[in-house]
Amino acid sequence: MTTTSVTNTEQYNYDVIRKFAIMTLVWGVVGMLVGVYIASELAFPVLNFDIPYITFGRLRPVHTGAVIFGFGGSALFATSYYIVQRTCQARLFSSGLASFTFWGWQAIIVLAALGDVMGYTQGREYAEMEWPIDLLIEVVWVAYLVLFVGTLMKRNQPHIYVANWFYLAFILATALLHTFNNLAVPVSLFSMKSYSLFSGAQDAMTQWWYGHNAVGFFLTAAFLGMMYYFVPKQAGRPVYSYRLSVLHFWALIFLYMWAGAHHLHWTAIPDWTSTLAATFSIMLLLPSWGGMVNGILTLSGAWDKMRTDPVIRFLIVSLSFYGMSTFEGPVMSLKDVNALSHYTDWTIGHVHSGALGWVAMVTFGSFYHMVPKLWNTKMFSNRLINVHFWLATIGILLYITAMWISGIMQGLMWRAFDDFGNLQYAFIESVAAAHNLYIMRAVGGLFFLSGMVLMCYNIYKTIKSGTTEQA
Amino acid sequence: MKHDKIERNVGILIILTMLAISAGGLVEIVPLFFIKETVEKVDGVRPYSPLELRGRDIYIREGCYLCHSQMIRPFRDEALRYGHYSLAAESKYDHPFQWGSKRTGPDLARVGGKYSNDWQTQHLTAPRSLVPQSVMPNYPWLSKTELDYSDIQGRMKALRVTGVPYSTSKAEFDKNVKEFGEDTAKNLHIPDAEKNLIAQAQVGNYDTNPDKLTEMDALVSYLQLLGTMVDFRKYDDDYFAKFR
Repeated sequence: MTTTSVTNTEQYNYDVIRKFAIMTLVWGVVGMLVGVYIASELAFPVLNFDIPYITFGRLRPVHTGAVIFGFGGSALFATSYYIVQRTCQARLFSSGLASFTFWGWQAIIVLAALGDVMGYTQGREYAEMEWPIDLLIEVVWVAYLVLFVGTLMKRNQPHIYVANWFYLAFILATALLHTFNNLAVPVSLFSMKSYSLFSGAQDAMTQWWYGHNAVGFFLTAAFLGMMYYFVPKQAGRPVYSYRLSVLHFWALIFLYMWAGAHHLHWTAIPDWTSTLAATFSIMLLLPSWGGMVNGILTLSGAWDKMRTDPVIRFLIVSLSFYGMSTFEGPVMSLKDVNALSHYTDWTIGHVHSGALGWVAMVTFGSFYHMVPKLWNTKMFSNRLINVHFWLATIGILLYITAMWISGIMQGLMWRAFDDFGNLQYAFIESVAAAHNLYIMRAVGGLFFLSGMVLMCYNIYKTIKSGTTEQA
Repeated sequence: MKHDKIERNVGILIILTMLAISAGGLVEIVPLFFIKETVEKVDGVRPYSPLELRGRDIYIREGCYLCHSQMIRPFRDEALRYGHYSLAAESKYDHPFQWGSKRTGPDLARVGGKYSNDWQTQHLTAPRSLVPQSVMPNYPWLSKTELDYSDIQGRMKALRVTGVPYSTSKAEFDKNVKEFGEDTAKNLHIPDAEKNLIAQAQVGNYDTNPDKLTEMDALVSYLQLLGTMVDFRKYDDDYFAKFR
């Protein structure tokens, strides 16, 4: 095709992918900027400025919403549409539906952020969005499912490639989790306030079933799908083991759903649920590492690329962080470890070693591979990719080191007794002791954010030199 | 069945995936709605009064749960610092639960009665004036903003749908009198919500400013209630242990 303005005669629908890719970067910058800001608020509370809309309590859901659903969500839409089309050798079956998921999803992120700063919240972590937004999510998500499955059905390949299994499981699980965790009774049709249908212990179990599996499916299974396409592509080698991918796929999606109650160890839920959750969390180590091993060993025979290709470096280091945080997770799910780690910054550090180290890094690597293909060009600068890699890595290390130290310190200070059997520290002493570590964490976040900004510049220059015509 | 077959049939793939991801929730969560021992049998726990309910809504609005837990674990240090470990029964009327997951600040499950209304109001307005090393934001607007209770009946009615025993009829009211005593039952009666809300704020004078009914009144009334409903002197510890 030499000249064309009629996009839907092209082999693949790249238009919607380009849009999602750009918004991934936008939400990445916004979400991480808010993250750095609220991290700074914890170090210097004056930054709350006595303005209701920017207090820590209202901005924190803006941060989590923008990075998980804005950055992560847009990245997953983009890559899933890219992968499903290329591995099925079929165009998305409906451009209208694709467009609807794009505008719908962006509206959801904006509305969610506005709701958060205005104080409209369900008071459930990562599910703060009030009921009208939840309904919109439901509609957009069903459209996503229909579009994804519809495209799988018109594939020109006999087999459904492994990456698509993971994306499909993520779409189905998210629908299930979102629906049941957001059952609520609105105060009226015109009220932004609702009350959860469940209460107390049952509500807690439902919320952490959701919360943990938002991590398990939104931030893990789907990103494994991403990994299963972009690692072999960038390495130029087939997936290490097909058998392993089958095994760890089924084990992962089955086991994850049992593990949520480890967020509720030692709380007022029945002991058996807690024990069951810990057991499954330990077992979860196997399929998690199955995915890591399968990804990393895909590089066997091409290890030199770690030295020469910064994109491969992003991908392989992301898998290493994945392996590390999926080892740390089961350790923290042990009741005795959890007794120390729960309620402390250790949990925050753990989440970020997964979110920054795994989710964001695998996204960066995949985008540096995909973006030039979407615009028929080459990345503007490999050197900047390399700088980004080091900014991100240093940022993560500062962040998680600060949180390990402050978290373990808090846990130990809270349970310390003096020689007379009294508590050794007042609570506020643990707050004061964390001050410098909170600064260190904010600096780590700043490193990571600056890498993100650099990526935007690099991709902006790339897009400018590219073209949207398909060869 | 060969895995090859699943990879060629998206319908089978969807069905098997749904089975795999449904099992955990079905086994771990669904039974909790039916096993009676999940929530302890204990006296004293009651739904929130209209004023406390509005206070709780403000607690949720400001995202307090992101830094404060309301769930004391059964450890010696937590018993000394916060009091008796939390019971499931104590949050059985909490839609949603506010157990939290992080203690950037201390647990609040039993903060009720620990400090005076005066202290709470001052602390919420300017935490560092009382605790210099605190990192909590100031909430000066709480005692300046008049409390909006225009939809308090709607809020109680919505909670009633979820199963909280707020009453609308005489029969329901009488049932509440039996269960909670007359004083509490009056506070749970939806048609009298506004009247009860104003009365409690006036008697309690939570924001230490008797002229104005503010968001601070509501929030402090909620904080002062936290963890005070169960009289633990009436039970020995073995009693609660058998529910866990």
